[in-house]
Amino acid sequence: MSTTPLRTPLAPWHESHGGRMVDFAGWWMPVQYSSIVEEHLATRQAIGMFDVSHMGRLAIEGPSAHGWLESLLTRRVADIAVGQARYTLVTSDEGPSGVTILDDALVTRETDAPDGTPRFAMVVNASNRDRVVAWLRSRLPAAGLSFADRTADTAMIAVQGPLAVATVCVLCGDDDAGRISGLGNYRATRAFVAGQPAAVSRTGYTGEDGVEVVVQAAVAEDVWQAIHDAGAPRGLKPCGLGARDTLRLEAGMPLYGHELVASSDPFAIGLGLAVNLENAAGGPRQFPGRDALARMKAAEPSRVRVGLAFESKRAAREGSPVMAAGREVGSVSSGSLAPSLGHAVAMALLDRDVATVGTTTDVLVRDVPQAARVVPLPFYRRPSPRG
Amino acid sequence: MAEMKFAKSHEWVRPEAGGLATVGISKYAVEALTDLVFMQLPPVGKKVKAGESLGEIESVKAVSDIYAPISGEIVEVNAALPGQLDTLGADPYGAGWIVRIKPDDPAEMAGLMDQAAYDATVKS
Repeated sequence: MSTTPLRTPLAPWHESHGGRMVDFAGWWMPVQYSSIVEEHLATRQAIGMFDVSHMGRLAIEGPSAHGWLESLLTRRVADIAVGQARYTLVTSDEGPSGVTILDDALVTRETDAPDGTPRFAMVVNASNRDRVVAWLRSRLPAAGLSFADRTADTAMIAVQGPLAVATVCVLCGDDDAGRISGLGNYRATRAFVAGQPAAVSRTGYTGEDGVEVVVQAAVAEDVWQAIHDAGAPRGLKPCGLGARDTLRLEAGMPLYGHELVASSDPFAIGLGLAVNLENAAGGPRQFPGRDALARMKAAEPSRVRVGLAFESKRAAREGSPVMAAGREVGSVSSGSLAPSLGHAVAMALLDRDVATVGTTTDVLVRDVPQAARVVPLPFYRRPSPRG
Repeated sequence: MAEMKFAKSHEWVRPEAGGLATVGISKYAVEALTDLVFMQLPPVGKKVKAGESLGEIESVKAVSDIYAPISGEIVEVNAALPGQLDTLGADPYGAGWIVRIKPDDPAEMAGLMDQAAYDATVKS
């Protein structure tokens, strides 16, 4: 792409605070400020804050919002409660298998409008936003629904780490702080953060406790600075996309374009939980690609997603071939040094017969074999997960 | 001490007594890489041409080649360096040296940049 990258409302802050800016999925984003390892460890030990405003934020409102989303998403939406978020896939019924995965997304039922109209928010990947928006718009009903892309009007700040929630709560009134600290995982509420109206959800992409905060673009820098200043004495570091990637990799979370691609079998990559073939009553649901996904679920996949732990710090990268039993048995989808573990790890798709914990493999890293063992995912689990 | 010269690819080379030349990577390059995790040195005795890869350096984000700034034979490597990559950042022009080369043609160094010219290229 030769177009000028888009800028989040926080781009000037990143540039004036040492962010090393790169074009990521068409956005001008910091890959790191100081050091990926330092930013990663700050998130594990204290707080990391991330500008994730490049992620697509869609607003869906109207009396038919439930039914419309229920007819399009792989996760059940009909029974989603106010303040609940669900991880879902967005699919079409195109492609040789009868299903194409357009994206993975988080769908949240927000507080109803004052007149009782249901409101939903969807967060999609920056790299897929255009095609997901085009797809959803093409399926809009004639009436009863409003659909808006709010990405440019808002900003999204992820605050992650063991001290993250307490830090955000310092910036809220007592009622809001109590509600935020009491949020379960994948729950959301509205609150005033640093005096600004915000949508706050107990979600993230790091394997740590934390929240994601959506505010209006015009106040994004004020809110970001307030969180930064409140967290700095507790060890907060602003983090770039580099640490975001190493954190999600350690947490065993798939990334669209790597573990998850358009032709993926979600059951083979551990995303079966993102597909509800039946409704709450046990009857079949209808959404694009549903029958193809039912066939995938019934079949044994040829390759499945595994974790690989290396002895060395030398990282395999996407596409590195994995050898075992004298043959090529798969390839790496993501790999890096795992800063919390002190050695390299990777996620890979491997032939099912060798995809068992303990299998030893050789991964070809720039043609040089590196020993790696199949291990359970995630590589890292935070010491005392909340319930 | 003889003048240090720089390649566009961020390696430095310094002539030493006895006709050898010491090679390393610039402070700018080390700071740009950050989070170094791995380094691959060439075998002693390997012959390299200017611009050829003589090793690799890997950070959390990426793998980079280290290119020979001049042609010659690798006569010594800093074998301790891969085990203590912090040295590269702490002393890139001293203890962080990478290899010593016996140059094929000592005049080849004249084609490289001096410190001021190199500094100008990385300040853009």
